[in-house]
Amino acid sequence: MQIYLPIAEVSINAILLLGIGGLVGVLSGMFGVGGGFLITPLLFFVGIPPAVAVATSTNQIVASSFSALLAHLRRRTVDIRMGTVLLAGGLVGAALGIWLFAYLRELGQVDLLVRLSYVVFLGGIGALMFVESLRAILRTRAGRRPQRRKHNWIQALPLKIKFRTSGLYISVIPPALVGLAVGVLAAIMGVGGGFIMVPAMIYLLGMPTKVVVGTSLFQILFVTAFTTILHAMTNYSVDMLLAVLLIIGGVVGAQVGTRIGLLMKAEQLRILLAVIVLGVCGQLALELLIRPDELYSVGREAS
Amino acid sequence: MIRWLFLLLILTTSASAQEEVIAGMSSSRISISANFDGSEILIFGAVKREQSPPEGELGVIVTVEGPGQPLTVRRLERRALIWVNGEAVRIARAPSFYAINTSAPLAQLLNTQADARARITTRRVIGTIDAPMEVNDATAFSQALIRIRKDVNLYQTNINAVELREETLFNTTVTLPANLVEGIYISRIFLTRNGEIVATSSTAIDVEKIGLEKFLYNLAYDDPLIYALLSIALAIGAGWGASAAFRYLQS
Repeated sequence: MQIYLPIAEVSINAILLLGIGGLVGVLSGMFGVGGGFLITPLLFFVGIPPAVAVATSTNQIVASSFSALLAHLRRRTVDIRMGTVLLAGGLVGAALGIWLFAYLRELGQVDLLVRLSYVVFLGGIGALMFVESLRAILRTRAGRRPQRRKHNWIQALPLKIKFRTSGLYISVIPPALVGLAVGVLAAIMGVGGGFIMVPAMIYLLGMPTKVVVGTSLFQILFVTAFTTILHAMTNYSVDMLLAVLLIIGGVVGAQVGTRIGLLMKAEQLRILLAVIVLGVCGQLALELLIRPDELYSVGREAS
Repeated sequence: MIRWLFLLLILTTSASAQEEVIAGMSSSRISISANFDGSEILIFGAVKREQSPPEGELGVIVTVEGPGQPLTVRRLERRALIWVNGEAVRIARAPSFYAINTSAPLAQLLNTQADARARITTRRVIGTIDAPMEVNDATAFSQALIRIRKDVNLYQTNINAVELREETLFNTTVTLPANLVEGIYISRIFLTRNGEIVATSSTAIDVEKIGLEKFLYNLAYDDPLIYALLSIALAIGAGWGASAAFRYLQS
């Protein structure tokens, strides 16, 4: 069943798009990640123009993060104050990212920017996760407990506030900077940025694991909503029909994924996620390194 | 003697001018709806003439041209290990779709001058190329454009696709792919003899998005803020609905 997407201006099999949404939904349900980092490359792969893929996947993340955030709000595992600081940074970052995106789109380098960001971030995070989860498996076998490190330079920064839910008294500068970095990534990669934010919150800010996911979802919801608006207004690249198909697939997939996730061990899940992340990264890296069959590309100019 | 020759010349030219095309097509409007999967247009016609046909084989060329767009063609270059967009060439105007259907090989039907005047072959239809000084093989870029669009059936050359009967009736089918751009498409019909064009005719085809497609497209470009807010509202609604449905299923 072909469906014509009004903004992407291509006709694509609707079942395929539902399938992509569903697949990413399963993964996000299993691992508790947003899955934007998988949706965007998969959309490139089926022939959606990169600008539309990035903008539309931010819209899809609004839906999945809202649904997940509701669950965390009910369990009171959201640090709203920390979330607001992350969000303030995130909005500035998203605006910067959109500006960079539009500028590079004019230069014809937006594909490169998006692909390179994917390779660098997925490669880095994937490798870290892989090593970390291998160590965790070895530790549990050896029967030792992980210890949390403290960063003294973070304690030394000014503008300290009390984050009661997280039980922290730290400067607002590190969380605002983390939020800013994630905002830039949301705009140029079409991701929520949880894969950067969650480790940063645990290892850098020292937040308790319990509130990390809910708080990052709080930031992701507003940042991706803001990014969707900016993309729609500067690049006219949000395809609502495409978003609806991805959301429907994703919603169903997430429920299936949550069930599968309950059957597996946390370390196994993390190592599996690391392998998927590295696989996507490798695929994109190969495309940059190997001489492509067609050296030329045609770009339509915004009139 | 010269006078006789002159008279003969007048006779032949007026005779050829007396051939006319009368054309019709299966539809003059194509609607892009949500399940649009490409379309076919049947273009048919007859050659009207008062006298017996003049010398030379009659040829028919049918073209369909989509709305033109300014384009940039870029070429990847290897820079420090990775492939990066390097040199770029701007093309002032290239049709978003272009099909040529002919009744015989193009070289038999059309000489170069006639092609240049009437702009019939794909190469001629593509507008001026605006290449920066450092690009010394600008034609490679326009050739690449033709090659890329040929691969996705946006540019087509279909030799012998026009069926011509008794030098009078002709018909052909043009296949429009699914990835079509909105706008006015122009269909042209050329009758040729001895490499020269002897008669032409053209018709407009209106390709338009309809229904939901039209509504979303117009909203996205005319009121981007409202469109964005609607997209977000939809996403929030879906997220909330999913969460509520999941809770209902659990309880």
